[in-house]
Amino acid sequence: MTPVPRRVPSEVELVVAGASAGAIDALRVVFSGLVARHPPLAIVVHVPAHTPSLLPSLFSGVCAVEAEDKQPLEPGTIYFAPPDYHLLVESGGLLSLNADGPVNFSRPAIDVLFESAAIAFGPRVVGVLLTGANSDGAEGLAAIHAAGGFTVVQHPDTASAPAMPQAALRRFTPDRVLDLLGIRDLLAEFGTRGTP
Amino acid sequence: MTEDAELELRLLLEAIYQKYHYDFRGYSVASIRRRLQQALGAFGCSTLSGLQERVLHDPATFRALLRYLTVQVTDMFRDPGYFKTFRERVVPLLRTYPSIKLWIAGCATGEEPYSFAIILREEGLLERSVLYATDISGESLEKAAEGVYPLDRIAAFSELHRRSGSSHSLSEHYTAAYGAAVIDRSLRSRVVFSDHSLATDNVFAEVQVVSCRNVLIYFDKSLQDRATGLFRDSLCRKGFLGLGSKESLRFSANSSAFSDFAREERWYQKQ
Ligand SMILES: C[S@@+](CC[C@H](N)C(=O)[O-])C[C@H]1O[C@@H](n2cnc3c(N)ncnc32)[C@H](O)[C@@H]1O
Repeated sequence: MTPVPRRVPSEVELVVAGASAGAIDALRVVFSGLVARHPPLAIVVHVPAHTPSLLPSLFSGVCAVEAEDKQPLEPGTIYFAPPDYHLLVESGGLLSLNADGPVNFSRPAIDVLFESAAIAFGPRVVGVLLTGANSDGAEGLAAIHAAGGFTVVQHPDTASAPAMPQAALRRFTPDRVLDLLGIRDLLAEFGTRGTP
Repeated sequence: MTEDAELELRLLLEAIYQKYHYDFRGYSVASIRRRLQQALGAFGCSTLSGLQERVLHDPATFRALLRYLTVQVTDMFRDPGYFKTFRERVVPLLRTYPSIKLWIAGCATGEEPYSFAIILREEGLLERSVLYATDISGESLEKAAEGVYPLDRIAAFSELHRRSGSSHSLSEHYTAAYGAAVIDRSLRSRVVFSDHSLATDNVFAEVQVVSCRNVLIYFDKSLQDRATGLFRDSLCRKGFLGLGSKESLRFSANSSAFSDFAREERWYQKQ
């Protein structure tokens, strides 16, 4: 008997995502379906420490900003971790930054964001792990899963770098394994549901 | 967060405060929780309540835990643009004061206050300057007062020093001995290191410059407001406040007391 797949949650307060090698192209696809009042989206993309903060400017048609410390999460907004800082979420719905040491050789690290989201948002968070050539994010996504959150992994065969999705799939079984268009369509549902 | 986990964390921080008078109750929960998780592993405890018991009965465990609760990473001339702005835009205004006082809050092991002292020396102002450098970590303050840094870090510091707009060599400011660089006595003697907590202590001097970098991000919003309130009260009119490269007054209750002086480099001026 195959288990019935878990339903997509109707009350999502936050989406967290992580990506590394191949991130920009993947995110362009994923963002293309977002509705105007989508839940806040906090994202870690691995970038070298001393690069200027260009990420938010690479995406047109969405409201993308570099996350600031103690910034309130707002619907319809995408927050990128700044280079060389970890990005975390607080239970009061604020973002936090910190300059703790690298985790999985990365700062920002996907695990740090995901673990904070698991603790602060539990079942009200959706975690999405995309293409990447390392194993950051697997532990964090498993933590979201354990806390009752909804987890999505990009199908490794469709990822430009499969290692990161593979590491997560070795760690646990997420709620969905999808290609980029599938992830786009899934995220497009959030923000249209639950709100009149 | 589950209510029990939240409760355990609050009780541990309360116990630490009551017993040891270190106040972490207003710190960013997300950051501190992560580091406590690492501490649990290191101390072989399975819960925060278990750790609390150890901490209450064993001061040595508390001292070891302090290293997890605070983050001591720092560099000389970290973010050279910040120090360049200080040199080129703040220093000219400081020249008008007969005696110059700076407060470096959260100075860790001293790299930041010595960076300021070096600039003041290169600009000919050190003789009339005093730098108050404060932190809650006694261990770090001791290291800071010694002013001894491994030579293998000095190469990187020299490059950052150059990029901060200096035409001097960093080697003019230290003597090398036994694989380490010892900061010149003339610099060390201008820096007063002391124990001071932004969470529990008050203003102690009137200063023209406050630099507090990569400390506020570890605080929650109300503790941040307390700290920036201290800076406002400590600064003279038109005094300068410098923050870390990802810190700002944007979400602060005290933002109206300051205006942007060099926005990108996070220098503010008191109104
Ligand atoms: C990441 S270090 C920053 C060092 C330096 N300012 C820099 O930017 O390179 C943070 C420092 O803040 C100190 N700190 C933490 N809580 C504090 C408090 N309540 N009052 C004063 N300093 C504090 C820590 O002990 C640590 O030395």
